[in-house]
Amino acid sequence: MNIALTLTFNDWWSLFLHFISLSLLAVGGAITTAPDIHRYLVDEQHWLTDTQFTSSIALAQGAPGPNVMFVALMGWNVGLNAGGGLAAGWPAVSLALLGVVVTMVGIMIPSCTLTFVATQWAHRNRELRAVKAFKAGMAPIVIALLIATGWLLTGSHEHPALDWPLWALTAVTTVVVWKTKTHLLVLLGLGAFLGAMGWI
Amino acid sequence: MSDNAEAANSAGRKAPRSKTDLFVSFTLLALQGFGGVLAVVQRELVDKKQWLTLDEFVEDWSVAQILPGPNVVNLALMIGGRTFGLPGALAALAGLLLAPTVLVLLFAAAVAGVADTPVAQGMLRGMGAVSAGLIAAVGIKLMGALKNNPMGRWSCLGVAALTFTAIALLRLPLAWVLLSLGPLASIWAWHCLGQGELA
Repeated sequence: MNIALTLTFNDWWSLFLHFISLSLLAVGGAITTAPDIHRYLVDEQHWLTDTQFTSSIALAQGAPGPNVMFVALMGWNVGLNAGGGLAAGWPAVSLALLGVVVTMVGIMIPSCTLTFVATQWAHRNRELRAVKAFKAGMAPIVIALLIATGWLLTGSHEHPALDWPLWALTAVTTVVVWKTKTHLLVLLGLGAFLGAMGWI
Repeated sequence: MSDNAEAANSAGRKAPRSKTDLFVSFTLLALQGFGGVLAVVQRELVDKKQWLTLDEFVEDWSVAQILPGPNVVNLALMIGGRTFGLPGALAALAGLLLAPTVLVLLFAAAVAGVADTPVAQGMLRGMGAVSAGLIAAVGIKLMGALKNNPMGRWSCLGVAALTFTAIALLRLPLAWVLLSLGPLASIWAWHCLGQGELA
């Protein structure tokens, strides 16, 4: 399942540069860059298998933390491939950690710098009419985007006859979170349980 | 920028006490966020810690959304930077990323080979359906913040309905929607703010 790789310094450097260049394109979250990461890592460089790509995204969704963790997992897998897989022990693990650092630092530095500088400016000028207008104008758009995201995540299950329990689970979750203070982990645990039992 | 912390306190609102507080709070927040952190962010920062009011959360979230990079990361940088400058921003960022990175790597190493089994796939399916509901519920809760919007209730609902149609039903690219509706709505809000000053 793994691929054997030898990565030179130049390869690591181009990996870093690729994630740097993607950073500022990630409007609406890091996941919007996933198609391009696939093109580069899987199709072009063959540093990552298709399975590793898909399972990196699924694992990042299933683990706690921001979704951008999928980038760390891809860096980890590229490093593991370069080191001969987990079975090769510590040398592979250290290359995998190098992969995590290279990809995460690359994807983070440009967007974080821009955000920090821009928001410090906006905060100092928060009484400006333009700053207020921007925030007020964007508010309904952002709120609708959240509802649309929930809708799209549910709608990706395309077989109504088979998938209606999933839709029902989403709808029930929406109402429960909206109306009650139930702990979110309880709900996620319940979802995982129902899924593991094959009931949804 | 302790003036902000004082202003916040005088408004009956709380603020992060220290950089350690920021780091620990964002670590705890990140560790509760399965399938994305947004739903937890709203509950922790607005409902529990009260670092932000619902209105401020919507405003900050708009900015975090439009800037490139993960939304939650942007929000952490904003909240940290506002109270303690660059060190605060870095403390919040480190809190958000450090523990989850370690955890996700351990997780990946542990389940290598198991991820493709039907049980694991089923768990991911179930958790995916729940996280869709979490995100939608946050959107519904935040609608309450539109009451105070200078554009008025009906304009807000119109803009929201257009956005939902474009993204969820027509599946247009996010960048198009943000770059077309965003400026239009902002210009309208600018106009309404001007009217408010005159009145």
